[in-house]
Amino acid sequence: MANIISDETIDYVGILAQLELSDQEKEQAKKDLGTMLDYIDKLNELDVTGVSPMSHVFPVWNVFREDQVTNGDDHENMLANAPEEKNGQYVVPKTVE
Amino acid sequence: MSVLNLTAVSLGKKIQAGELSAVEATQEVLAQVERVEKDVHSYVSYDGEAALKRAKEVQQLIDEKKLTHPLAGVPVAIKDNMCTKGVTTTCSSKILSNFVPPYSSTAVEKLEAAGAIMIGKTNMDEFAMGSTTETSAYGITRNPWNLDHVPGGSSGGSCAAVAANEAIYALGSDTGGSIRQPSSFCGVTGIKPTYGTVSRFGLIAYGSSLDQIGPVAKDVRDCATILSTISGYDSKDSTSIKREDYDFNQYLGQDIKGLRIGVPKGYFKEGLDKEVADHVLSLAKTLEAQGAVVEEFDLSLVEYAIPAYYVIADAEASSNLERFDGVKYGYRAKEYNGLHDMIKKSRSQGFGPEVKRRIMLGSFVLSSGYYDAYYLKALRTKALIVKAFDEAFAKYDVILAPAAPTTAPKIGSSLADPIKMYLGDIYTISVNLAGLPGITVPVGKDKNGLPIGAQLIGNRFREDVLFKAAYAYEQTKTYEMCDLAQKGVN
Repeated sequence: MANIISDETIDYVGILAQLELSDQEKEQAKKDLGTMLDYIDKLNELDVTGVSPMSHVFPVWNVFREDQVTNGDDHENMLANAPEEKNGQYVVPKTVE
Repeated sequence: MSVLNLTAVSLGKKIQAGELSAVEATQEVLAQVERVEKDVHSYVSYDGEAALKRAKEVQQLIDEKKLTHPLAGVPVAIKDNMCTKGVTTTCSSKILSNFVPPYSSTAVEKLEAAGAIMIGKTNMDEFAMGSTTETSAYGITRNPWNLDHVPGGSSGGSCAAVAANEAIYALGSDTGGSIRQPSSFCGVTGIKPTYGTVSRFGLIAYGSSLDQIGPVAKDVRDCATILSTISGYDSKDSTSIKREDYDFNQYLGQDIKGLRIGVPKGYFKEGLDKEVADHVLSLAKTLEAQGAVVEEFDLSLVEYAIPAYYVIADAEASSNLERFDGVKYGYRAKEYNGLHDMIKKSRSQGFGPEVKRRIMLGSFVLSSGYYDAYYLKALRTKALIVKAFDEAFAKYDVILAPAAPTTAPKIGSSLADPIKMYLGDIYTISVNLAGLPGITVPVGKDKNGLPIGAQLIGNRFREDVLFKAAYAYEQTKTYEMCDLAQKGVN
């Protein structure tokens, strides 16, 4: 394997991806990521000098509209999905001391 | 004649003519679901009572001549990544196990306005990430043609449902082949339209620049009618496009004399099963006999599509799936220590291995220091792939390709080697990168009796050519149902 993924790298990726991995999952992830990157490195065979990156096939631009409310108050339905709610608000663990 | 023998359009006609009611049609489909669902498991959830109640309401509107749409009263299955108001939408993931959308996706709303009867929500690979429907958190779906085989994926549930007559037609979504590949494996017809043709509003995003919703059905006419119904500009989707044509039925039956069909040589070399190759090429011969001109050519960059795709799709997925944090909806871990730990634990317990794998790769290729080397490189490669297709479409009206290198693999044989599984997407993935339309039509079966589909690829906005060519081919054969689909057919 050409791409060796270090413990530091996989921990960093875990932070970015907001995932908590068990030791076993970490080892598997290092292997999987390395294998995929080896495969993706095939792109290095291509000369892309001067080629602009294309994010969308069609040109996209900001879509502007008047700031008018078109949907009704769906407060109750939205909150119905909340894992925890109180007084019409989402409840999360305390974030500031 | 059983409802289950009918296509969506022919059933709709009988309902309009008063020969059958929407309620009878729904009852027959539900009876078939009762018969075969335990074997096939096309659905994550279905609700017969709700479907019958809806069928009664729709029938009343039909009786009052208020609903005259060709699909009014026809039972449909919806892939479980499309939001359905008041109906649990899981994306086949534990993280959305209890998510009840407060609104419906635009495609579903359009079908409902047309009088569709939803039977249920179909199984899929978790968050549409997979090619076998084996990564679902709610159990695998089996191929109705042979229960030891996968139905393909990620719209495996939708394609199996149609093949098994558990619905008359279905909606799927396609990010890298997720309509076209399972259609091939299940012997049904499915189309992924030009990017932007069907609104993505309410479709739970995987790779936003690649995702498209499309129909899965028994024939080309059904696909044209369904696509005409669900497509259209939508201000709620910023990548929605304004097309000149939204009536795709007009192209059925048009003469194909002089149609230029390009066959990419590289697609028919090593890695492609011989039986699949022979059957796919038989479509070219059939159309040639009707006056089409078939020519082999070199489509460049074929081998770079998959690595570019996995960088782009996973990068977009890692960003799109950030929203699943256990705060406002979805699964929340039971025990945690503070907000960040709650988010991490909810995600780690809520996502399956394939989703985690892709989120991690996506996060990595977007991280500072690697962004240029991987993400931008993939976007530059995409530009070259688009150019290669532009050059091909300067010479040809349509490109003929397989939909997959093999017929449906055995259950349990794919997930162990992700790269090998990803390589199976070689014929479908570049179509998403280039935003092109592609349709899969059944062309035969292999020696084991498993269906083979051929894929026709058109230039952007050129669904007309696909419908014309696919319909012309279809006129030379009849739709073949699997034994299981005929269980309830008299």
